[in-house]
Amino acid sequence: MDFGGINPVILIASLMVAAVPIMLAALGELVVEKAGVLNLGVEGMMIVGAICGFITAVHTGSPVMGFLGGAVGGAALSLVFAFLTQVLLANQVATGLALTLFGLGFASLMGQGYNGIKPPPTLSVPMGPLADIPVLGPILFDHDWMVYMSIALVALVWWVLKATRLGLIIRAVGESHDAAHALGYKVNRIRLGCIAFGGAMAGLGGAYISLVRVPQWVDGITAGAGWIALAIVVFASWRPWRVLIGAYLFGGITVLQLNLQAAGSAIPVEYLSMSPYLITILVLVIMSSGRGRAALNAPASLGQNFHAAR
Amino acid sequence: MTRPELLKIEGISKSYPGVRANDDVSFAVGEGEVHALLGENGAGKSTLVKMIYGLVRPDEGKMTFRGAPYTPGKPGEARASGVAMVFQHFSLFEALNVAENVALGMENPPPMRELAARIRAVSEEYGLPLDPARMVGDLSAGERQRVEIIRCLLQDPKLLIMDEPTSVLTPQEVEILFRTLRQLSAEGTAILYISHKLEEIRALCDEATILRRGKVVATCTPREKTARELAEMMVGASLSPPERHPGEKGEVVLGVTDLSAPSPIPFGTSLKGVSFTVARGEVLGIAGVAGNGQDELLLALSGELRSGPDKVRIGGHAAGDLGPAERRKAGLVAAPEDRYGHAAAPDMSLIENAFLTGALRRGLTKNGFIDWAATKTFAEEVIATYDVRTPGSHVAARALSGGNLQKFLIGRELDQTPEVIVINQPTWGVDAAAAAAIRQAILNRAAEGAGVVVISQDLDELLEIADQFAVLNEGRLTKPRPVQGLTIDEIGLMMGGAHGMEVAHHVEA
Amino acid sequence: MLRLEKRPTPSQFWLYATPVVAVLLTMIAGGILFGLLGKNPVAVIKTIFWDPIFGEFAFYLRGQLLVKAGPLILIAIGLSLGFRAGIWNIGAEGQYIMGAICGAGVALALYPTESRLVFPLAILAGALGGWAWAMIPAILKTRFNTNEILVSLMLVYVAETILAKASTGFLRNPEGAGFPGSRSFSTFKAASNPELIAGSGLHWGGVAALATGVAAYVLLSRHILGFQIKLAGQAPRAARFHGVNPEKLVLLCMGLSGALAGLAGLFEVTGPAGKISIDFNVGYGFTAIIVAFLGRLNPLGIVLAGFLMALTYVGGEMAATNMGLPSAAIQVFQGMLLFFLLGVDVLTNYRIRSAFMGAR
Repeated sequence: MDFGGINPVILIASLMVAAVPIMLAALGELVVEKAGVLNLGVEGMMIVGAICGFITAVHTGSPVMGFLGGAVGGAALSLVFAFLTQVLLANQVATGLALTLFGLGFASLMGQGYNGIKPPPTLSVPMGPLADIPVLGPILFDHDWMVYMSIALVALVWWVLKATRLGLIIRAVGESHDAAHALGYKVNRIRLGCIAFGGAMAGLGGAYISLVRVPQWVDGITAGAGWIALAIVVFASWRPWRVLIGAYLFGGITVLQLNLQAAGSAIPVEYLSMSPYLITILVLVIMSSGRGRAALNAPASLGQNFHAAR
Repeated sequence: MTRPELLKIEGISKSYPGVRANDDVSFAVGEGEVHALLGENGAGKSTLVKMIYGLVRPDEGKMTFRGAPYTPGKPGEARASGVAMVFQHFSLFEALNVAENVALGMENPPPMRELAARIRAVSEEYGLPLDPARMVGDLSAGERQRVEIIRCLLQDPKLLIMDEPTSVLTPQEVEILFRTLRQLSAEGTAILYISHKLEEIRALCDEATILRRGKVVATCTPREKTARELAEMMVGASLSPPERHPGEKGEVVLGVTDLSAPSPIPFGTSLKGVSFTVARGEVLGIAGVAGNGQDELLLALSGELRSGPDKVRIGGHAAGDLGPAERRKAGLVAAPEDRYGHAAAPDMSLIENAFLTGALRRGLTKNGFIDWAATKTFAEEVIATYDVRTPGSHVAARALSGGNLQKFLIGRELDQTPEVIVINQPTWGVDAAAAAAIRQAILNRAAEGAGVVVISQDLDELLEIADQFAVLNEGRLTKPRPVQGLTIDEIGLMMGGAHGMEVAHHVEA
Repeated sequence: MLRLEKRPTPSQFWLYATPVVAVLLTMIAGGILFGLLGKNPVAVIKTIFWDPIFGEFAFYLRGQLLVKAGPLILIAIGLSLGFRAGIWNIGAEGQYIMGAICGAGVALALYPTESRLVFPLAILAGALGGWAWAMIPAILKTRFNTNEILVSLMLVYVAETILAKASTGFLRNPEGAGFPGSRSFSTFKAASNPELIAGSGLHWGGVAALATGVAAYVLLSRHILGFQIKLAGQAPRAARFHGVNPEKLVLLCMGLSGALAGLAGLFEVTGPAGKISIDFNVGYGFTAIIVAFLGRLNPLGIVLAGFLMALTYVGGEMAATNMGLPSAAIQVFQGMLLFFLLGVDVLTNYRIRSAFMGAR
């Protein structure tokens, strides 16, 4: 079952792990954008989540506390964005960029002295004999709990947005903040909540990188995952299940190119390592063209600040 | 006929920086009464109803609803008390369906399936057919209003507030709406009806409260007054209709032939085979309910939306493939409807906004460099000629009131010695005095030999200033007809009658 | 409760005061941060903001200021034109790298030609390299409606990979004993970009930065193109009504900012950096975003902001070597500056009022 030194079962099993950080971050950003807010600070929130989660896990010895710490860290940073854009009405694009620039430096500062340490391991969920089933076992039943939780979160976000009143209100606020305000909804408060959720999800994704994917702390550990998460939201045309597909697709590409590098493929290493970014661009082009099918699905108030004049 | 008192307003005042929006306003509405709030733009009607609906808190005064003190802190509380509101600018979400839109306006909506059934039931009962599963963005203006009305009716309101409801309806649709409102009134629901259309108020309302500059200036029974008397109470002075000096009809200056174009606006209306001509000295009035292609027609004429070269001819020359700057050079000026963001850049000064369209025809650049002194002169000339009230030409456009900015923007176009003038909604949201001045200025230019196209949703305005009359309906333009001899019924039929309402009120039909 | 009320006309006072207030607030917040790191806040702030200009080693550090400010200003001015028009090129870092690679590549291909044309050719190639790299997101935006923010950013990572390949592969010094990195420009006189006045830190990049600042100022205040850029950013529909072709504007602004970033890269690689190496880029392309906003997207403001930001670099390095301040602290400091700037900026367009005043 090997193709050029690559085992497809292991490939699929590891892409599910590789996809978790961008899936979580993209899912959070999806909710934020559904509420009409464009937070370009995903990369910054992820890396702050990564270091917060790492530090918490190292000191408590508990990966669960680590993930919690990552989520809190990401959410805390997102509240800075929320305060600037929702209260002080700062430009969302500029503030998001600021969040990323600040987050990268802040995480690096916090991470001083944490290089080279191993975090407590996050173990696979014991599924008993299920994990021993050939092919299906390693793919479906031999992962840590965050892999399953990320899928559950996709389902949860999908259900909330589609079937609950909260989801309806979030979509309404993103569609037309003026109309939502006229009906008496507190636009900025709802958006604030969504931004915090997005921050927590990005932080969770970041923590997964430093606690499971790598697992250790190095500067710049997220390496653009936050930006890819933003692209996946566009790829998914703001639909939760498509975020899952997109994340698995990109997880697959990342894992494949790493495996190809390891297997000593004929393709130069540089081209392999730039491939996730090039494919992101390609996907953006495909999704955005054709008279903007993706754009048609975008929330109408995306990126605009709301100020109740009277 | 005396009715039990439902809502009582006593001494309500509300100030904004620089404006006293409401000043000691008092009036009362009885149960089942159709009560008109009559006033010009800026008279304080909207602020008043926003206070009743809980969107704005009054500075002073008190309200009593069904005998109890009434202080709604937010719209939800107003709805819980039995007050519902249909907005002038719709509070709808285009990308959501009808049922979701209705649910958003309710306090405790039932599950979607049940809600859809109730929407169907209520819409049939009141003759307002509507499919709960349709996307609101795909509905006509009249249908959208039905969504709002049904959203209100589902909550069994005691008081229904309607803010300028007929501005988006054809005459036939207005008739149907009035039947619905009378039916509601007969069932005991009071209606607070906000409008500045006098004949409508005379036809529908039991009582009227007239506001002027935030104060109550009169209360009356509108049926007992003439439209002219109501108008004078509303405006506070008698207005003279614009003077016309019909010039010689000259050669054709604007020719549009079989112009079709997809709409660049989301949920917009495509233009389909539009044809007309305008001669020198002639005013073509184009009517139609909002959202039937007015914005698209303006874009296609101004050059923001391009077409085949021969589809649009200015002064005999093919211009369909030219952009806005080149069309200005050819002699066509345009004034879009949206003043804050389309016709003007709100955060830029009046000088910069004068440059925005005046650069070419007024020669305000040399080798690409801007002559700011000449631009300032031009801006100040417009300000002086068109009586624009502003502290100076340096202030941002957003600082001007709607009427003053509109005078500036219309003046900016008219003072470029244009051959062809295209204006969308020249007096929308403008007070009566400024509106009269704007109409007069347009007529003066026509008399001097310009060909004019006025797109408007105000039928009275078109009948007052136009020579030829046509209607945009779902992106198609009817054949222009002379205004003289047209009846309201004929106009209504040109406007497409009542959209999809053939089954409505079949009892009376 | 406080609430915001929109000003009828933007405040001229706050337009100029916000950067000053933001810098002061950042010094306070930064001081707290440095304190938490166990340093004396006043001493650190003094090391960063005072010593490079007036301190013991100022004779050397002043020159360093211009070395750092040059590329920041050059890139930030290009970016500011796009930002004003609502076109968000945030991949200047990649364009900077590609400019350097292209310019250095052309020059090194001519090695060891000693002609006066080599350096001008390299400059041209550098500008073209940055321009071409920026045209990718620009063309994708105009043709396929893709988001220029994401594409330009992704291309930074691609450019970094190409840089790695260049320094270990196609531009590696053939006489470098197999070590990564290109031939040094200090030994290739025809293509080098030396200090023009000894000790001043001024090289051709600094000259270009200051000239670009003046040119951009004239463009924005006097030329119809500048008007169109501002109009497109503030009111896109009004810009189309005026006659701006949005697609041409995207190509123009992206291309211009890319070319300027490419120039900055070329001047850097032939001057202060001296050669193509794997760690050639140090984040000027990202810091320039802060510089652009700190300068209020105004060319003259950007020149000042570029020097201020250079101060944090030079002073930050001093603080790192002399006081053991982590270099990441400076990055945090710069990020905070942008936060405070964006936050304080609200005062330009809004008034803050107490909701208790006048209510009830």
